Amino acid sequence: MKRIYVLIIIGICATAVFCIAPFVGMETISFENILYHGSDTIKADIFWKIRIPRVLMAFLSGAALALSGMTFQALFRNPLATPFTLGVSSGAAFGATIYVKSGLIISLFGISGQSVSAFIGALLAITMVYGLTCARRGFSTATMLLAGVAVSFFFSSFILFIQYMSDFTNSFRILRWLMGGLETVGFGSVLTLLPFMMIGSSIVLFFNRELNLMSVGEDIAKSRGVNVKSIKTILFFATSLMVGGVVSQCGPIGFVGMMSPHICRLLIGYDHHYLTPATLLFGGLFLTLCDIFSRILIAPAEIPVGVITALLGGPFFLWLLISGSSEHSSM
Amino acid sequence: MVGSLSNSFLVIDNFSFALGKEKILNSVSFGVDEGEYVSLIGPNGAGKTTLLKCLIRIYTGGEGSITLVNKPLDQYTQKELARIISYVPQSNGRFLPFTVHEFVMMGRYPHLSPFTSLSKGDRQAVKDALALTGTGHLSERQLSTLSGGERQTVYIAAAIAQGARILLLDEPTTFLDPKHESDILSILKRVNRQYGITILSVTHDINNAVLHSDRIAVLKHGMLLYVGNSNKIMNNEILESAFDKRFSFIKHPVNGTLMIIPEVDTT
Repeated sequence: MKRIYVLIIIGICATAVFCIAPFVGMETISFENILYHGSDTIKADIFWKIRIPRVLMAFLSGAALALSGMTFQALFRNPLATPFTLGVSSGAAFGATIYVKSGLIISLFGISGQSVSAFIGALLAITMVYGLTCARRGFSTATMLLAGVAVSFFFSSFILFIQYMSDFTNSFRILRWLMGGLETVGFGSVLTLLPFMMIGSSIVLFFNRELNLMSVGEDIAKSRGVNVKSIKTILFFATSLMVGGVVSQCGPIGFVGMMSPHICRLLIGYDHHYLTPATLLFGGLFLTLCDIFSRILIAPAEIPVGVITALLGGPFFLWLLISGSSEHSSM
Repeated sequence: MVGSLSNSFLVIDNFSFALGKEKILNSVSFGVDEGEYVSLIGPNGAGKTTLLKCLIRIYTGGEGSITLVNKPLDQYTQKELARIISYVPQSNGRFLPFTVHEFVMMGRYPHLSPFTSLSKGDRQAVKDALALTGTGHLSERQLSTLSGGERQTVYIAAAIAQGARILLLDEPTTFLDPKHESDILSILKRVNRQYGITILSVTHDINNAVLHSDRIAVLKHGMLLYVGNSNKIMNNEILESAFDKRFSFIKHPVNGTLMIIPEVDTT
């Protein structure tokens, strides 16, 4: 099938899920309810003030995480490179935790300090992982994953330390946040994430050609005229923006960045002109679906969406590792 | 020792390069004229690949200077450089998830601006490169499904599509069967003679290097042992000192040039 049709189908599915998702949940909401018809304005409020922002949040976060994963996979030439496995999520979580603990409330031009701080954490983590991976010549899957685990541990222990130093309430809040969740109320979080997501994804969408060449290999990319160093810097910046934005609002939701790009590559191939938009849409669709399940599986209670993605993602990760496709594109 | 340094196309002058603490290239000097076919030979680990990688700036730094078309190499942006030099790496059988056409198309990267798509000229260049290398029939195939020889030919097609004036090749015929080997040699010869593209090729195939190239440079332990006319290296004075091995020489049955046979100790 032509790739453009595959892309259109993914787009239609994403739109459908996006439109249906706000109607699903504990409270059954009909189409009439949402127009503030009749006396039951509570349902309309639930729809507009809780469900819609939540679905938007799920979609944006999923798209951001999937795009970040795809970018890492092209730059590291390895399908196991994701924000989660590389420790970038942990870095962002560390940044956000420090900010919360410090009690500062800084807001620059309406951009939340917590997100900025998560962004810096993410950038720090990716710099460390990349440095560690390159320090040993050979650039193998094992080195990359070990570096990711090391960086992840490093930041996680800092988070644990901060948690230990906090009082009971804060400690529980940090723990709950670390599980990853999308329970937002109102549009605040969405608006906070939006600029990070917009800038990050625009940058990634702009560098399709470079991502293609980088996924072929760094030497080839250089010999074709790609300024590898600055492209990497820019793309690490973009992914850190997206991961930082998501993690500061929803906590580290894992494995979206691994499954979505992988499934999209199976559906549409490796050409980033198609893969990037497909991954963006699919990531949004995927996390929105996971969020629906997180709301209805044990209703009226909720399962944190991060738990669901991890339950799906763990086996998926192992399958990738065992099936050997991780070695396909490693150097 | 040193070839014509007066030429201004590509001049490597007293160039040394180290990777970490290990010195790979040591005061290498030689020049390449536009339109020349130069082969670079030498034992494994002599620094041949490193020299190519320095020329296309996969490796940067080093002492001494490299000048390309009257301008120091490090003053080119990577894109400007890619419009003048293209590079065919040693094939390593890595999984590449693209079709032949997509891959050759990527060769046009240095000619594209970020905001435009491929022009008619770009598409024509890709078509020409596929035609020149005889890989047009492969164009919709996945790279991963090609044989080693086809794959190597496609790599060369991509480098030609890049439209550069110099082609750097790293062991283009190693691991290939005789048919693909001779196919690739004739493609290179044609590109060089008909289109005037300069060729600098690293090879272990000394016989073909002597047959096809204008000049040969010999590297050993990062130092330039010899550079000059191809037929003048066919003696044990040069070859034995390069490879620590004696060779026997025979005459080519058709054109009478000397060929080597390495002596094998069978006792």
